[in-house]
Amino acid sequence: MAENKVILELVSPERVLASEEVDMVTLPGAEGEFGVLPEHAPLVALLNPGIITTFEGTTPKKRIFVAGGFAEVNERGCIVLAEAAEPLEEIDRASAERALADARDDLADTKDAGETERQRLETAVKVAETRLEVLDNPSH
Amino acid sequence: MASLKDLRVRINSVKQTRKITSAMKLVAASKLKRAQEQAEAARPFAEKMTALLANVGGAMAGQPGLSPLLVGTGKDDVHLLVVATGDRGLCGAFNSSIIRGTRRRIAELRSQGKEVKLLTIGRKARDLLRRDYGDLMVEHVDGVVGKRRLEFADSKLIADKILDLFEQGAFDVATLVFNQFKSAVTQVLTFKALIPVELPVVEEQSEAAEPQAIYEFEPGEEAILNELLPRNIGVQIFRALLENAASEQGARMVAMDNATRNAGDMINSLSLRYNRQRQAQITKELIEIISGAEAV
Repeated sequence: MAENKVILELVSPERVLASEEVDMVTLPGAEGEFGVLPEHAPLVALLNPGIITTFEGTTPKKRIFVAGGFAEVNERGCIVLAEAAEPLEEIDRASAERALADARDDLADTKDAGETERQRLETAVKVAETRLEVLDNPSH
Repeated sequence: MASLKDLRVRINSVKQTRKITSAMKLVAASKLKRAQEQAEAARPFAEKMTALLANVGGAMAGQPGLSPLLVGTGKDDVHLLVVATGDRGLCGAFNSSIIRGTRRRIAELRSQGKEVKLLTIGRKARDLLRRDYGDLMVEHVDGVVGKRRLEFADSKLIADKILDLFEQGAFDVATLVFNQFKSAVTQVLTFKALIPVELPVVEEQSEAAEPQAIYEFEPGEEAILNELLPRNIGVQIFRALLENAASEQGARMVAMDNATRNAGDMINSLSLRYNRQRQAQITKELIEIISGAEAV
């Protein structure tokens, strides 16, 4: 690792989304947002749907939406395994709204579905909601 | 002996076939390239997932009350085989090698007195296994492998189905059957354990080189493990489907290349026969005319 840099690797099942050196990165952890600076203690964390922000110096550089996943921090850097991820600029508002409406419909349609099925759909709604939320409130 | 006209018709039909097979070969070659790229793009995620799982699973090893996804149900009476093939034929031994391996595995498990259930992905798996093992099939997933581009969401749906079945206690052990892509001409039939999960053994030397860090877990180890395990199944399936897609195109390319060459050979030998026969006919007609003229 370069001096005082964090290597951020963001991978989704379909491709590698980012692999770069940054000064700091903040992640939407399941127990609250946390930042990773160089020489962070080794950590494995569950991520909520939310925003990953990379910093250059103290200024935010890139914002990427993730739909949940895992982060592993070790002496080599920070690895994020995301189910789905996209840079904030690439989210299309109309399609995000449609995805939310669809997810809500699906949830409403499946009253008699099994527990796991319902949980899955609830997660989908939450992901869609967050996706729209971060669009409205990018400083979040 | 075939008449001249018959030969002509046959030559034409073989030529048409050759056109089709050579076109299919070209299509398969370009699809192979895309499938290979996709499989390579997906590799880092699967590798990191496995590494993470090994880390967390290793930290938890030996503790009581672990998820049955990791340690199994304690029995292995009912086996679920998840068989993934392509939707289409004309790809050499690709589908049949998977089916043959599956049949062998079923016979093996049955001889040990185990119960077998099947979950099929891809039309060929269903069609070829239905006649003999129709009563073993619990699920079939269609319309996933035929797509231009495989999507992770589809694999997740399959994983959810498997997990549902597991929760209902429908089986104890799940194994995934697919062809691993080595090169366009070689595919390796692979059985991969899904449930309980196969943890990669951490190599001794890598441990010596860089001592394993003691991780903090947020929230707890168990919560993370419980999230990680079901997702891992989706990832494994996705990877298997990508390997399968690349294998299928590779096998088809090779099969169509052979078919094109065979058609060429056939056209040559048919043309030879056609020309000989045509010459014989001309000679015969000439003799008839000459001997007719001489008689006058």
